[in-house]
Amino acid sequence: MPFLDLVWLVPLFPLLGAAFNGLVSNRRGLPKSVTTTTALLGSGLAWLWGWAAVIQWALTEDRHQAYVVTVFEWITGGSVRILDGSLADVNINASFQIDPLSSVMVGFVTFVGFLIHVYSIGYMHSESDRAYARYFSFLNLFMFSMLVLVLGSNLPVLFVGWEGVGLCSYLLIGFYFEKDWCASAGKKAFIVNRIGDFGFLLAIFAAFAVFGSLEFTTIFPAAAAHPERYAAAATVIGLLLFVGAIGKSAQLPLYVWLPDAMAGPTPVSALIHAATMVTAGVYMVVRCNVIYRISPTAMLTVAVIGGLTAIFAATIGLVQNDIKKVLAYSTVSQLGYMFLGAGVGAFIAAIFHVVTHAFFKACLFLGSGSVIHACGGEQDMRKMGGLKRHMPTTYWTFLVATIAIAGIFPFAGFFSKDEILAKAFAAGFTNLNGFGTVYALLWVLALAGAVLTAFYMFRLVYMTFHGDFRGGHEAEHHLHESPWTMTMPLQVLGVLSIVGGFLGFPGQLFGRPELNRIEQFMEPVILPIGHTPHGAEHAAHHVPLSLELGLILLSLAVAGFGIWMAFRFYSGARAFERPRRLAERFPLAYKLLLNKYWVDELYDATVISGTAKLANLLWEADARVVDGAVNGTRHLTVGTSFLSGIFDLRVVDGAVNLVARAYDVASVAFRRLQVGFTQGYAMVMVFGAAILLVVFLVSF
Amino acid sequence: MITANHYVILSLILLALGIVGVMVRRNFITVLMSLELIFNAANLNLIAFSHRLGDLAGQILAVFVITIAAAEAAIGLGLIIALVRLKDTVALDEASEMRS
Repeated sequence: MPFLDLVWLVPLFPLLGAAFNGLVSNRRGLPKSVTTTTALLGSGLAWLWGWAAVIQWALTEDRHQAYVVTVFEWITGGSVRILDGSLADVNINASFQIDPLSSVMVGFVTFVGFLIHVYSIGYMHSESDRAYARYFSFLNLFMFSMLVLVLGSNLPVLFVGWEGVGLCSYLLIGFYFEKDWCASAGKKAFIVNRIGDFGFLLAIFAAFAVFGSLEFTTIFPAAAAHPERYAAAATVIGLLLFVGAIGKSAQLPLYVWLPDAMAGPTPVSALIHAATMVTAGVYMVVRCNVIYRISPTAMLTVAVIGGLTAIFAATIGLVQNDIKKVLAYSTVSQLGYMFLGAGVGAFIAAIFHVVTHAFFKACLFLGSGSVIHACGGEQDMRKMGGLKRHMPTTYWTFLVATIAIAGIFPFAGFFSKDEILAKAFAAGFTNLNGFGTVYALLWVLALAGAVLTAFYMFRLVYMTFHGDFRGGHEAEHHLHESPWTMTMPLQVLGVLSIVGGFLGFPGQLFGRPELNRIEQFMEPVILPIGHTPHGAEHAAHHVPLSLELGLILLSLAVAGFGIWMAFRFYSGARAFERPRRLAERFPLAYKLLLNKYWVDELYDATVISGTAKLANLLWEADARVVDGAVNGTRHLTVGTSFLSGIFDLRVVDGAVNLVARAYDVASVAFRRLQVGFTQGYAMVMVFGAAILLVVFLVSF
Repeated sequence: MITANHYVILSLILLALGIVGVMVRRNFITVLMSLELIFNAANLNLIAFSHRLGDLAGQILAVFVITIAAAEAAIGLGLIIALVRLKDTVALDEASEMRS
């Protein structure tokens, strides 16, 4: 079976689809059916081939050995001297690798991506043929970039995918570019991402300078084998990589682009938030877990940023009225949990949360898309309500996903979020790396964030689906359930939001660790550090069983409390009364949250206006100095040319004309000789000869 | 008895005929033929004195002159063809572009 060796076909299929739709369907304006077929082939074949390759790998190869497939030599640049004084070959291949981490990522990226493609068929059907083709071309390109990102076997290939998803997010967020604010949102996403990418790029250079290679299979074992030697370098590389992750995964302080990313079509939001893009940062941190584990500083930074983002975004989500904005802040918050997980050493739990989050967040976003579709583009929840009756499928799948994100047993979010919370607690409890107090504090923040998550998500459900419709009779008339291409993905994702958590059932609590499938499967990704025997590190961070069970009950209670609060505030006859009173009581806090802590305004006032001022200054300098110099040169040239022209005209031409005139005058007499008559010349010759003869005779 | 004088006189007659032909005939071909007469006048002189003095150099010179005359005839005929192509005539006074 060739699936594994031809694993590069997985990203190639969507790339071909994107190329066809972008270059042919879009230009020619081919009918939607052709575009749809191409796009579904691109993403569907990637899904099938990706799963086939993963399954073949799992069945036939050693799980502890990454399977690397080299496609071609990409960068070859001779050898250079690296930091430790040895020579290293600059030899970077375009190569893909299958290992537990990338197979999990490929598994859900292709699958969720395909579902979103299917959903988009229904959602985008009212676009023009060309816009439709453009949309699907970008969507396929997004899949391609993300697959390159997760399959790449070295940092540069990962970076290609990393930039690719940045580009695609720009293209898709700014899809309705004829609207000014959509184009701005696209630019914002791209520029903020670029700030992070700058750190990533520096990290790549630093990694090469330290390790002399960029292959995952080379640098991570090297770092794991000599943790002391590489600890300082790992701090630098880890922090720089994390700068990239902050930008890509929308963490503090670079999260600002993600809420604005709502400008794109809703399925794109689902794709960005669930399957691709924002999970890339988490993936990359987990991929580089060795680097973080040998650098306590880098790890603590990850945890602190993650924990703070989790609570920060959750508080903003409490008061937003735009259905997609709430979900956007919830994504930022959930990503914070993932980084908190990575920061406390629960890398597998972080990836587990990425997977379950992909299921329920995709379901939530597609559900909100279905709602917006039904409400004719309305996104303000204050103008919704009571949609439960009109669109039952959307309601039930949305509710399931909401319970999952709130973390109620046995839905998907419960297992993954609880594992992160438990690991955070354990990190504080066992005083991980000596930063126990900080970790304990982060755990408290995360727990508070869990209350808020449950609260704002159920607030969203109550405002949207319960009570009476508040959008007016005209709009109520148009309410309808979405077509099957939109509800089918919702149902699939809803089911996965229920059962997806059992991938990581915490069997270790009951003495059955093999039940925690994802932990078992991904364990080779976490390389043992130094000479510690395998598992020792793991055992060291354990807390007593009774405490863990208590923690589970606590997080359930916390989620239940959040739901109860939402129920009290936004349900029944006196809905909205309490929150209004609360807002009147604490106007400053309410305004602070509603205006998102004025972070956008702060950035506007400092970074953006600063940059604008600098740009203005440079422009002025350009206009005055550079343009002045150029114009001065021009004037000078014109002046000298004028003088030189006069000189040419008078002196040079004058001399030439003078010579000509002289010859003209001098030749007046001789001109007569030229009779232009052949025999005349012959006559002259004969007379000349006769004269010569006479002279000859006379002289004797 | 034919003496050298006879040859010189004949050659003078031929030379005179040639010069007159070159100068007065309008037909380019006739002019060329007249030129040949001039050449042959010179040749006759050369051969006559070669015989008279018993020196072969004169005859050799005559052969050279014949060769050169052939070359000259070739060039001249080429000029005639060029003239015919240009002006569709062999009249020499038609080619008077050099007149100032």
